[in-house]
Formats: sequence, structure tokens, C-alpha cells
Amino acid sequence: MRFPYSKKMGFRTVAGLATLLAMGGPAFAAAPPPDPLNAGDTAWMITSSALVLLMTIPGLALFYAGMVRKKNVLATMAQSFAATGIITVLWMIIGYSIAFTNNSDKNLQQFIGSFDYFMLGKMTLKSINPLAGTIPESVYMFFQMTFAIITPALIAGALADRMKFSAFMWFMSLWLLFIYCPIAHWVWGNGWLGTLGALDYAGGTVVHLNAGTAGLVTALVLGKRVGLGTDNMAPHNLVLSVIGASLLWVGWFGFNAGSATTAGYNAGMAAAATQIATAAASMSWMIVEWFVGKKPSVLGMISGAVAGLVAITPASGFVNAQGALWIGLAAGAVCYFSSVWVKRWIGYDDALDCWGVHGVGGALGAMLTGVFASNAINSSAKGWLIDGNPGQLLIQFYDVAAVFVYCGIGTFIILKAIDMVIGLRVSRDVEVEGLDINLHGETVHD
Amino acid sequence: MKLITAIIKPFKLDEVREALSTLGVQGMTVTEVKGYGRQKGHTEIYRGAEYAVSFLPKLKIEVALKAEAVDAAVEAIIASAKTGQIGDGKIFITPLERVVRIRTGEMDADAL
Repeated sequence: MRFPYSKKMGFRTVAGLATLLAMGGPAFAAAPPPDPLNAGDTAWMITSSALVLLMTIPGLALFYAGMVRKKNVLATMAQSFAATGIITVLWMIIGYSIAFTNNSDKNLQQFIGSFDYFMLGKMTLKSINPLAGTIPESVYMFFQMTFAIITPALIAGALADRMKFSAFMWFMSLWLLFIYCPIAHWVWGNGWLGTLGALDYAGGTVVHLNAGTAGLVTALVLGKRVGLGTDNMAPHNLVLSVIGASLLWVGWFGFNAGSATTAGYNAGMAAAATQIATAAASMSWMIVEWFVGKKPSVLGMISGAVAGLVAITPASGFVNAQGALWIGLAAGAVCYFSSVWVKRWIGYDDALDCWGVHGVGGALGAMLTGVFASNAINSSAKGWLIDGNPGQLLIQFYDVAAVFVYCGIGTFIILKAIDMVIGLRVSRDVEVEGLDINLHGETVHD
Repeated sequence: MKLITAIIKPFKLDEVREALSTLGVQGMTVTEVKGYGRQKGHTEIYRGAEYAVSFLPKLKIEVALKAEAVDAAVEAIIASAKTGQIGDGKIFITPLERVVRIRTGEMDADAL
């Protein structure tokens, strides 16, 4: 029997559940069944959830804010902060339910969960989701919530400087429910991609390729910023971006190592892989830029680091240290070219390189996961290079293609719908004068 | 009375202030400004997007002086603000019609 989610469970959990089932006979007058709760796992997962939340607020908020012009800095931070708010509420109401519960219809279950957990009514103090059998469901729900928050928030990178706040909020909401939740269910919630054997430890496709694709579509639908190519659109304060990138780096340990859902060997290896890949990518972007552009920029080294974080995300719990190194080195160089050259060549205004870093990095990481996954590191995986399983590459490609196509089309439809009802883009005057004062009535004073 | 307006490179401020102090100049006003002359700006590159920045940060110093003191002051400013590189700045001298000290109401020479 194939355990599509055993990559997240580990042997301890399976053993614990098996013990529970074995004790399903007539109740004795004596001991109640042992509590499957593991204190170490639970402590780590609560911590991980907080770390991932930190990635959005203020990690992503600062990372993006520093890169925009001063007149839009507050509006950019508002996008991350408000996304956190609205997505939390929607996740609680219905998001968790449709992503991470099982649909009673076997066919529908491939694509979407159930409404059973509407308003988290069924989440009791001691309920446990089998996907993470040693921690409370409240913790698992919260952990997955933080992923649901950051994924749409990432798209803000593509629509920077020109989207209405109202349209943004509708976009976040509809995208969460119709794009993120189904895809999360497909890969992690016992849906068809996970069952197929797709390896995505912490969200290379579910989070990054997904957000990146949405970013590309959004950049194309919204159109270029006024003054692109003529106006000075230099980052107004890269200090904020460095702080943001650093918070992303540290928070990402919750993202990757937390995806083990246990505190043990897998989490440890995922953390090590994350650090190695990120540093390697930062250095490889820096070196490529040094050769091509003549100077190693600060923006380059932090962008390289983020590219590495993105690429190692799907691979983190499946690869060894050497795999992590190769993935990182590749990600820095490849994402440099996709963010700098390809964007210039094709000419779309992906303002903060949402597609260039998250889309390309996520797809690259997903494919390299197929290359470097090692059965010795994670027994639910068999990769090409180490285990001699080239078939995994094809499965990874299905994952990448499915996410790209569904997200691409779905995002387009959602954007067009919002555009028809309330309009997506701010007026030219508002865009030129700035979003902070016009959308929020506030400004940053010197 | 004259008003000396000097545009200088920002890092030269302390030297200029000390040089004028030695001459007995009691006060000045300093503003942060941007400008260019023969000194061209620089190019910034952010992920492949190039921005030519032509305006450079400078400081504007304004000093009000008696006419007799102007020549010495101009020489002091030149000596302290000069680096020999393009972009050292310029000095403008304009006539001052009247000067008033706000606290006491003293005027002209008494206010300098």
C-alpha cells in the first residue's frame, strides 16, 4: 500500500498509529489508548509555524518594500500584512477544510477535500490530522496556514506599484480558495499528484512555482508600470530588503525543516540542506553577476539567496548535503539569467522578479529533486542519480506542468473577473503620484 | 553686506566650517541639495535594470558678511573645499539689502 504522505510522517508516526489500531479491541477497565502526541514534534511545529509567519511579516514585507520607490513603500508592506489577515480568516473558515481533509467521493478526493471542517468546527482540543500524526491538529492547521499566507503574498512582487488595494484583497481571497487550496490538496492532501509520487517536500511547486506563475500572468494582465524604461525606479532602501531577505532565510528553516512535521532526522537534514543550498546560490548569483555585470551587488547576493531557498524547498527533505550544494549553485546562476536576461528579452514587467526567482527557481528545484532525491535520506523517495530511477523526473515534470497550467489559466480567469467588476489597476495619476498617499492616506516622512 | 552662497562636496563641510571660523565668521546655514555641473553622475544597476543618476548630492552653505570680509572668506572656502577633482563646486556672491537679528531687532552690521 502506498503511503503518499509518509514522506511527512516518518516511521515513529506510522508505528504509533499502528499501535492505536491494534488496540481497537474491547476496552479494558484499565489504561486508555496511549496519546499519540509527541511533545518534541509539537514544540518544533509550533516554532516552525511562527518562523514561517515571520517570513511573511515582516520578512517578505521588508524584502519587497525596500525594492520599490518610497512613494509606494507603505502600500507594498500593506499587501503582505493584509494578506496575512484575510488569508488567516479564510483558511479558518474553509481553506484548511478543502485542502487537507478527505473527500468522501473517491474521484473528487483526487482534486479537492471536503467541507467537513467548515469553520474548523471539527477541530477539537485533541483532534489529529493523520498527515501529521504526532502533533495536535490545531498546530498542523496553523502550520499549513502560514504556507497558505505566504504563497499569494509572494505574487505582490509581480503587481507592485500599480494594483488597487481592493482588487488586491479580492485577488488574494479568490486565488487562495480556487488555486492554492486545490493544488495543496493535489500534492499534500492525498490528491492525485501526491498519489502519483510527486516529490515536493515543502512547496517548490505548491508555493513557489504556483506563486511565480501567477506572478507572470498578473504582470502580463496588468501591463507595464508607467514610466518603465524612462523613470528612475531604483530601490529606495535596500537596507530594508537585506533585513527582509535575512528574515526569510532564517524563517525558512521553519518552512523546510518544519515540513518534516516531526523533530528528528528528517528535520535535521532538511535544515542542513536548506542552509547549504541557500549560501551556495547566493554565492553563485554573486559570481555570475561579478563576471557579467562587473560588480557584485547587494541586491544580487540577497536575490541569489532567495533563489537558493526556493530551489531547495521541494528537495530539502529528500537530498543529502552534496545534492543541496549542486541545487544551490544551479539556482543562483539560472535565476540570475531568468530575472535579468529573459525578462529584458521578453519585456514583461515582473517588477520584483516573482516569476524569475520563484517561478523558475521552483520549477528548477522540482526537477532537480527528481535528480538528487536519495532513498537513503528519505525512504519514500527514489531519485535518478543515486537510486537509478529516471522515472521520477517524469513525475516531477507532471507536477510542474500541472501546477503551471492550472495556475496560469486560473489566475487569468480570476484577474479578468475582478477587472470586470471593480478594475485591477490604479489610474495613471494615482500611479504617478504614489500608492501610499492615494490608497492608504499615509506617507513616510523623513 | 553680501551673501556668499557656496555649493561644495558634502564631506568638505567640517573643513570649510573650521576655515571660516578662524576668520571670525559667527554663523552659517547649510542645506542638502542635488546638482550637477561638469561632474557627470553615475549608473546604478539593479537586477539588470540600469538607472543613470545625473544629480549628485552637494551641500549649499550660505554666509552673510560685511563686504570687506568677503574676499578673505572666499579664499578660505576655496582653500578648504577644493580637492582638485571635477565637482568641487561654485561660489556665488550676491548683495544683501538688509539683515535683522530676530531676538533683539538689531539690524545690518550689528546683526552680522
